[in-house]
Amino acid sequence: MARREVAIVGFAQSASVRRETALNEVEMLMPILGEAKAQAGLRGPEIGFTVSGSCDYLAGQPFAFVSALDAVGAWPPIAESHVEMDGAWALYEAWVKLQTGEADSALVYAFGKSSMGDLPEVLTLQLDPYTAAPLWPDAIALAALQARAYLEKTGRSERDLAAVAVRSRRAAAANPKAQVRTTADVETLLATPYLASPLRAHDCPPISDGCAALVLACGEAVRRSAMPPVWIRGIDHRIEAHALGVRDLAASPSTRLAGEKAGATPGGVDLAELHAPFTHQELILRDALGLGADVDVNPSGGALAANPMMVAGLIRIGEAAARLAAGAGRRALAHATSGPCLQQNLVCVLERD
Amino acid sequence: MAAAIAGRLTAAHVLEYPYRRSVGPVLGAFFTGLTERRVTGVKARDGRILVPPVEYDPDTGEAISEMVEVGPGGVVTTWAWVEKPRRKHPLDRPFAWALIRLDGAGSAMLHVVDAGSAAAMETGMRVRPRWKDEPEGNIRDIVCFEPE
Repeated sequence: MARREVAIVGFAQSASVRRETALNEVEMLMPILGEAKAQAGLRGPEIGFTVSGSCDYLAGQPFAFVSALDAVGAWPPIAESHVEMDGAWALYEAWVKLQTGEADSALVYAFGKSSMGDLPEVLTLQLDPYTAAPLWPDAIALAALQARAYLEKTGRSERDLAAVAVRSRRAAAANPKAQVRTTADVETLLATPYLASPLRAHDCPPISDGCAALVLACGEAVRRSAMPPVWIRGIDHRIEAHALGVRDLAASPSTRLAGEKAGATPGGVDLAELHAPFTHQELILRDALGLGADVDVNPSGGALAANPMMVAGLIRIGEAAARLAAGAGRRALAHATSGPCLQQNLVCVLERD
Repeated sequence: MAAAIAGRLTAAHVLEYPYRRSVGPVLGAFFTGLTERRVTGVKARDGRILVPPVEYDPDTGEAISEMVEVGPGGVVTTWAWVEKPRRKHPLDRPFAWALIRLDGAGSAMLHVVDAGSAAAMETGMRVRPRWKDEPEGNIRDIVCFEPE
């Protein structure tokens, strides 16, 4: 069967904030869904498939994601699905659905209000429940183990990590949706204390509340869009072992493989949005994808500047598409990650006409 | 809690999964070993001993179950120093998270090292487990590792 060409025809995101106290998830989503659909030129009933990404552990309630359907309207009945994953994987499911020919358009959305719980402890619950979780390692501790493994293997330094943070924050200064937009220099950052050595606060993502929505279309449905279509030329995702101790934490073989399968030829993109919540992870991902100094990496500021859980990966794809649509380049790479220490990775290659 | 504001209805919300689970033959053997102060791993298809053990080979997906004793000492392969422990962390004083490859093992296990200060930590250092007085068959039977 010939592959159907799928385009991103709408994208919207909320501002990422440390604590959204006034709005619940449905109220956060409604204007964002409306904005994405308006860009796509599609009304709700015209959309063939709807899929969301979120995590019930953030709300602390089983099936919490179901209540978010109030934001899309599920009556009359709609074809709908959900992944307990970042919205980037919801986008993957939508792409597969469009490939089947059962729908010509899809609405993808993701939301996360991390402020409702103690995020570092919530994230511990994704680990092996017998040999790892009972020790309560938090997300920053695990990232720090990976950071040291990477620095000692490559000879790179904490200064190199701080440089990633500085560049990310400066890029975020031009992004009104970002949360961390300060312009501290490397020396200032290196003078701050460790959270878990070798990582300092600037090496770690902020805790964010936020949401995003994206619309995909095929064939005639693409023409309704107000934004120039950005085509998904390749998409692939790969996963590594659950046990941290059997992996080489200093590299990302799953990203490398996903990049190859998605057709992300080294040097072949103008810009890249990498879902690297920690500074060292951006360097690991650049290595895995062969991104040179000529590629504009994370012009949005990336997950170091805004990291709504379950949303930040989808935002990478939306940001890359929006920048291509605005003329910032012709070809882009977008990446999303999930699990501790870059366990699972998705790579998407985007092009505009 | 209910007495806080007269007339307001309140209810406790306890999130729990009150299931009893069997850990199965592989992890079961590992935890039984811990009650005897022995650490065991499982032999993977490529000959590596994986500690903690897993039921399926991480490369081939085949079921594996041959248990082999390792350690108890080992080598730190990477570490992270925590100056201010969180409330659920295993130690209430500054400590290191570490991946530790026990002698004879082909993979590293996550645990903590009670080393006193970050200056006492380095990759490649040797450590040994400090056992709980009365092991119960879980990962916390190893209280922590300490420098050899």
